Amino acid sequence: MDLRLLEAEPTDAERDAVDAFLGPPVSAWVGADAVQDGHAAHGGHAARAERHQLLPVLHALHARAGWISPGGLNYIARRLTVPPADVYGVATFYALFSPTPRPPRVLHVCNDLVCRCAGSQAIVDALSDEFGPEGSERDGASWIASPCLGQCDRAPAAMLVQSGEEPLERELTAITTADARAVLDGSTPEPPRSAIPPQAGTDKLRLLHRIGIVDPESLDDYRATGGYAALRRAFDLGPDGVIRELADSKLLGRGGAAFPIGRKWEAVARQPRRPHYLICNADESEPGTFKDRVIMEGDPFSLIEAMTIAAYATGCERGFIYLRGEYPLAERRLEHAIEQVRERGLLGQDVFGRGLHFEIELRKGAGAYICGEETALFASIEGFRGEPRNKPPFPVTHGLFGQPTVVNNVETLVNVPAILLEGGAAFAAIGTERSTGPKLFCLCGSVAKPGVYEVPLGTTLRELLTLAGGVLDGSALRGVLLGGAAGSFVTPDDLDLPLTFEDTRAAGTTLGSGVVMAVDDRVDLGELLMAIAAFFRDESCGQCVPCRVGTVRQEEALARLISGRPRGTVADELALIAEIGQAMRDASICGLGQTASSAIESAIARLAVFDGNGAAT
Amino acid sequence: MEETDLLILWGSNARETHPIMFHHMLKGVRNGAALYVIDPRRTSSAQWADSWLGLDVGTDIALANTIGREIIHAGLANETFIERATTGFDEYRASVERWTLDEGERVTGVPAQTISELAHAYARADRAILCWTLGITEHVTAVDNVLSLINLSLLTGHVGRWGSGVDPLRGQNNVQGGGDMGAIPDKLPGFQDVVSNHEARAKFEAAWGTKLPPEKGWHLSDMFEAIERGELRTLYVMGENPAQSEADSKKATELLEGLDCLIVQDILMTRTAELADVVLPASASWCEADGGTVTNSERRVQLMHKALDPPGQARDDHWIIAELARRLGHDWGHPTLEQAWDELRSLAPNHRGMSYRRLEELGGIQWPCFSEDDPGAPFLHGRLWEEPRQGPPAPFSVTEWQPPIDQLDDEFPIRLTTGRRLDSYNTGAQSNLYSSPLRRGETLDLCPDDARTLGVEPGEVVVVRSRRGSIEAPVRLDRGLRPGLAFMTFHFGDRIDVNTLTRDTFDKRSGTAEFKATAIRIEKRNGNGRAAAAVGAPTEVNG
Repeated sequence: MDLRLLEAEPTDAERDAVDAFLGPPVSAWVGADAVQDGHAAHGGHAARAERHQLLPVLHALHARAGWISPGGLNYIARRLTVPPADVYGVATFYALFSPTPRPPRVLHVCNDLVCRCAGSQAIVDALSDEFGPEGSERDGASWIASPCLGQCDRAPAAMLVQSGEEPLERELTAITTADARAVLDGSTPEPPRSAIPPQAGTDKLRLLHRIGIVDPESLDDYRATGGYAALRRAFDLGPDGVIRELADSKLLGRGGAAFPIGRKWEAVARQPRRPHYLICNADESEPGTFKDRVIMEGDPFSLIEAMTIAAYATGCERGFIYLRGEYPLAERRLEHAIEQVRERGLLGQDVFGRGLHFEIELRKGAGAYICGEETALFASIEGFRGEPRNKPPFPVTHGLFGQPTVVNNVETLVNVPAILLEGGAAFAAIGTERSTGPKLFCLCGSVAKPGVYEVPLGTTLRELLTLAGGVLDGSALRGVLLGGAAGSFVTPDDLDLPLTFEDTRAAGTTLGSGVVMAVDDRVDLGELLMAIAAFFRDESCGQCVPCRVGTVRQEEALARLISGRPRGTVADELALIAEIGQAMRDASICGLGQTASSAIESAIARLAVFDGNGAAT
Repeated sequence: MEETDLLILWGSNARETHPIMFHHMLKGVRNGAALYVIDPRRTSSAQWADSWLGLDVGTDIALANTIGREIIHAGLANETFIERATTGFDEYRASVERWTLDEGERVTGVPAQTISELAHAYARADRAILCWTLGITEHVTAVDNVLSLINLSLLTGHVGRWGSGVDPLRGQNNVQGGGDMGAIPDKLPGFQDVVSNHEARAKFEAAWGTKLPPEKGWHLSDMFEAIERGELRTLYVMGENPAQSEADSKKATELLEGLDCLIVQDILMTRTAELADVVLPASASWCEADGGTVTNSERRVQLMHKALDPPGQARDDHWIIAELARRLGHDWGHPTLEQAWDELRSLAPNHRGMSYRRLEELGGIQWPCFSEDDPGAPFLHGRLWEEPRQGPPAPFSVTEWQPPIDQLDDEFPIRLTTGRRLDSYNTGAQSNLYSSPLRRGETLDLCPDDARTLGVEPGEVVVVRSRRGSIEAPVRLDRGLRPGLAFMTFHFGDRIDVNTLTRDTFDKRSGTAEFKATAIRIEKRNGNGRAAAAVGAPTEVNG
């Protein structure tokens, strides 16, 4: 055994960064220098209750130092009375935190599914040639390849992360090799403009109607376009009335699981145990998905209003927005919006003078796909590794901090004001009998006009692709990936599939998070599947065996097939992939493992990827 | 422990010295109990505490009296309980009157505000448990220290109820059992007094067919004094290593060497056994002897089962005793442990209901257990709450604080206190046989400020000198210490005999020496003082 207790101390800058976030240490016990208080110290329950500060304080340290140094880590451990090994376990769980030194400027270049189809590999190759392999430093800068940054409508994308006294995070969209080179050479890119949905300005939009039209930083603009009318309506209806309208609307959750929102809210509202918590799941990490980002960047107040209604209906006094770490613009917009709303008394004590107490805290993820799983998200907020928990118990009874918790996706929530304003029954008339309301779809890949589109559920895949300008000129559609990496492929023969929860399920696919990624005949399908397999292998949290081992074995089998060197026959390898997929579906704790083989198996079955010989066709 | 509202650990680093018990405490803490730790050092137990009170060594009575006065003055004393179940409250109240919060702070060093918070929290708690160990008892005022804590429990009524009480944590699996079986100078088995309880004495005399001297015997420290006076010339030692565990060990060793006859019965060849005229190798009772019992901290008697045959000529303790008796002319035969136990049950009423069959079936029983249909008692002193009260009332005690005997002065300005670590046990006779990744060997632990002032570095071997002797040990830094406070263990006596430094002055009533408070000074070694590794640590390098 080799157990060593490191005595590393923080640098002054690291100490300052942590203290700036947590406040100065109150005693030597938690890290103050002098032992002036050698006869008493406080901690215990009060100190341990601060563990949920771990992720934000790691962000603060990383932004200042550029990495999680042993000294900085030890200092955080002392400040929060969490064992250093435990802090290390949390810090290394997240891809955006580096446990080794990094230069002050790091360019994260997306090389995931959609960007790959848009030519990101060429950028990555060029950077490798000019700057050395990823991670190598030159003049205080380096680059690394990144999983999906959620800018699929503006691929290829990158993100600059600059640490130091004035840390900076900035998205780069539709980049060229020259853009990447310039950033690595020291220029700071302009802030990106908000994405404007292609449908902006058209009638009948319920979810996107303000985006690209109103100033996302102006509460007055928001109110002038109907903002906060729904909250007033909610106060008139009362909590039970709000839940009744939602039940009447038959709105199903848009995060992927399609659970009826009315039932979820009612279940939490009924729980006698207090406090209740509200979480907006904005950890939009499914490759190909960017709809929530577009809403948060373009209409942040609508999310705040929707959360306030949810808090009122379900009895929550505290809400969290768990935002994925790669959305700096959305972060700024939401922070600004929360601040504005708080100043106007629309958050905080006695909202609207109606006795509602509600606060929203923005929590930033740090690059972990799994944290979009709701129980992993709880663990992440609580300051633990983002590992999913077994269900039951379900979040409505035992969620965040073990308390009754409402968790809803951004898109689900922003439907709520629309429902209250037009009435649940009217809303239910949109779409089909079982799939009601409008739905946002993320059109990306080989389409002419990528972006977020709002259509009633039941719209066919063909109509949607037509709306997005059809497949790129001069190419033929090979397949469509529905639902992102966790979804599945359909073929050009399936274009008349009505996009509803029930029809996609019957067709053996899923709406998932609303990804519609068109894949044309110029895309190397084998490479795409390898990217999907690598993604799941990388993002598996490693907690349960089927997923931890299965995602690795799946990638290996796929690599053998694609390289044309199957072990045994091609049929043997395909059987192995199917068996691994079944084991992961049957025995994984959470959805990640359960869906990790879905896209790959559907490509094999429907797109005939490995027909005839080993190499992908 | 699991269902209490407030826990006080006083003079105990249970996380390292009672890890199993601490596990139960943590369950309580996880269930929401507040934890207060009172210890001169900021120990690893204190890391769990809502509040740590770092009193100066040997000021426990001052702190307890200050807490008591604050509870009384805040109107938080449990007057109902005091009236119905106690005596001596007025004298107690008068005796603590001088212990204002400010006076408490002056003497103990603990901020008045922190003392006050503890006093109020303890008195207000619905349930509260006060635990202590050697930090309370290894002082010349050991008995008064304990009584001063009992005063607090009587003052608040935190005794005799589920989840409330006072709890001296036992250091071994069977310390309680040893006392229960009569290994106390004035007690017969079952805590029957040999001096005052004539009826009990007569009962034992009848059963054993011999006269029992109606007087208090010697405890360990008395014995050493008797050896020194020449009154005690033969010593039979079982499972004890006084050559290393006694304070002022140099003197203890000389006294043992001067005996006419020293017999040691042990499972290991201890330092004491090396001095013996006769060594009787014993089996390890917990795994090599069949059917014995042990009694733990919560008075739970548990049946032991044999897992291994003893090595070589080692014999079970009871076999050796019976054989010794036979050769001395008293043939008792070789009774089984169950037969011996049944004799105990016939003589000790509080064990009467514990047949081997029931112990086996129930997985242990907590005494008192008066009959075979008695389930045993999960806690004691419930009688104090009965209406009308059963038995005599519980007396308050007047406890006067006095500073440690070994006073600090310009020549010996640093207070050394001793204790144990998680992976080692007492003199190391049992624990040094296996390796541990945590073991650092013996070090002199100093706070970083003191090391700086003294100009010594971690790993540097220094001379530690007390008024009785000196040893050499490498320095280690510990943020849990404050200026003027040093710490050592006594796990590695073969290499560094810490008890060369300690003083053998003991509490006349308990016989426990003042291990916890030694005045020392630290000197740089002449010439090259550097040493790479701590003594006793084979591979690890500290830091």
